[in-house]
Amino acid sequence: MAEPAKRIEDAGLDEGAAKLTPEKIEKVINGVLAAEGGARLKVYVDTCVHCGLCSDACHYYLSHDKDPTYSPVGKVKQTLWPILKNKGRVSPEFIKKASEIASTECNLCRRCVHYCPMGVDIAYLMVMVRRICHRLGVTPLYIQDTAHSHSATMNQMWVKEDEWIDSLQWQEDEARDEIPTLRIPLEKEGADVMYSIIGPEPKFRAQLIYQAAVIMDLAGVDWTMPASTGWDNSDMCMFTGEFEMMGRLKRDHFEAAQRLKVKKIVMGECGHAYRSVYDVGNRWLGWKWPPVPVIHAAQFFYELLRDGKIKVAKKFDEVVTIQDPCNIVRGMGLHEKVRYVVKAFCKDVVEMEPNRDHNFCCCAGGGVINCGPPWKMKRMHGNRVKAEQLAATGVKTVISPCHNCHGGIEDIIHHYKLGMHLKFLGDIIYDCMEKPGAV
Amino acid sequence: MHGLYNFVRGPLAWVAFILFIGGSLYRLISMYKLARKKDVFVFEYTTLYFALRSILHWIIPFGNINSRNRPIFTIVTFAFHICLLAVPIFLLAHIILWDESFNINWWSLPDGVADIMALIVVAGCGYFLWRRLTQPEAKFVTSAGDYVILAIVAAPFITGFLAYHQWLGYKFWLILHILSGEIWLAAIPFTRLSHMLFFPLNRAYIGSEFGAVRHVRDY
Repeated sequence: MAEPAKRIEDAGLDEGAAKLTPEKIEKVINGVLAAEGGARLKVYVDTCVHCGLCSDACHYYLSHDKDPTYSPVGKVKQTLWPILKNKGRVSPEFIKKASEIASTECNLCRRCVHYCPMGVDIAYLMVMVRRICHRLGVTPLYIQDTAHSHSATMNQMWVKEDEWIDSLQWQEDEARDEIPTLRIPLEKEGADVMYSIIGPEPKFRAQLIYQAAVIMDLAGVDWTMPASTGWDNSDMCMFTGEFEMMGRLKRDHFEAAQRLKVKKIVMGECGHAYRSVYDVGNRWLGWKWPPVPVIHAAQFFYELLRDGKIKVAKKFDEVVTIQDPCNIVRGMGLHEKVRYVVKAFCKDVVEMEPNRDHNFCCCAGGGVINCGPPWKMKRMHGNRVKAEQLAATGVKTVISPCHNCHGGIEDIIHHYKLGMHLKFLGDIIYDCMEKPGAV
Repeated sequence: MHGLYNFVRGPLAWVAFILFIGGSLYRLISMYKLARKKDVFVFEYTTLYFALRSILHWIIPFGNINSRNRPIFTIVTFAFHICLLAVPIFLLAHIILWDESFNINWWSLPDGVADIMALIVVAGCGYFLWRRLTQPEAKFVTSAGDYVILAIVAAPFITGFLAYHQWLGYKFWLILHILSGEIWLAAIPFTRLSHMLFFPLNRAYIGSEFGAVRHVRDY
């Protein structure tokens, strides 16, 4: 499908670039490279043999009929190589284009790492480009707005503290109609588990809080949620390259768990947040591993089911397929655990090809969906291969334990008229588990 | 011409080996220091098991998804790299030089086999050249330097082949052969050919990131 030829307007890029001068660009780039451009950057750029073998990994490249400007190395060629070669002497127009490529044409899904003989982590290189663009103030507007929300409220969606607590009490109220003894314990010091979620859950997917509360309650988990900041584990700052803010967010999240003296953090069904907490943010703060153990919902549900804490009452009466979220498969190898849960609760699974850790990204991840409506069609045209993969399964239900996958795949299903719908693991478990005590 | 021969065979050979070994050590040590300073977690996360797992999956043909998807490329690149390394080290004529100069020697390839292997290297370079000229994914990211590197790698094998068969001026091709081999050696640490040095290190690190941290394959 052809890319629309018209230029996409984005105030974050257009107005940001308009404020730049060549002197400022050079100074900022060289500042970032001097402070942060270490051995990995040097080795990755120096040892890339320009073979193009990474191309076949990328859904953007494949979906654009193998247009090399969308290949992973092609994106590095159009962004980082000229920056390094010219020692930062590039134009504002170049920076704008580089920001667009790094922010809207790469999901940081790391699939190309499986394809690169040299082991170059191109996602890291794209993040470096975003970092430079962030320091130059040239970041797509919508994702910059969520980053601002993080700075102002410590959550992604401008949720105020009273709104947060109110949302939890509202969902607790709702759930008590079904299970009269249910509580959503707030600020319970010494609980086993702190449950953290992403900003969009209280904002517009509040039923997920309800479902999680029911599962926690019926599984007999000693759990709690923080009443003040630290409840939001999401992190758009990681994706815009605003690492200082990423560090504040992750510290706040871990400190909430430490304040509550919990044994571990269980995260909701979100991929990017897991990457931020487990893999990226902790490193920025100097922690080799998270200071409080963190597990993703998919692993948590697997453990509950394996240990007999939750039981299957009935099978979900449909054949399903699984959209593997990059950040918990290539980020944590949870693909078999996801399947363990899905197979227990569903009649049958038809796999997409490729699948598991070789899956294709949903094209929403890496902050791309957060760049907002101006860039939506890039995601649609950039992931035709996903539409083909989905259609080939012939099923109607896609299960994916990731918010970004949901947003991205939902759009793809709609755009390509696939007539499918998505479910979280929590949706299926809530629907099909044994519910003693429910009225 | 004899003076020129003595020059490339003597002092220039020393210069080439010093540049190759010294340059490689310099690149490795300076990169180690930089990583210690700015990428500490490279050392924190790298484990021997996952380093070896990754390296093995990428030095065994068809050990990873990409090489299975591209069988022709895989066969060419493995044949190319094996011959590229084996011929200079195990060529009888080279070992005789080592023996004459330093009194050391080792097993050698039969000349006929080495001859074919040299041709495989040249053919491999031809294949890579064809890819760079015609395949969009390679063509788009190819710059002049990539052709120069191909020429640097092909030259010692072409000239060596011609010198061995003694067509049209043995001495001329021999001098060119030695000279181009020296350029090749000296270029390794300072060009993309340094992937020879950094491939195992890169793989050790990324293999450990994927294996030890993310519990997943990198192949």
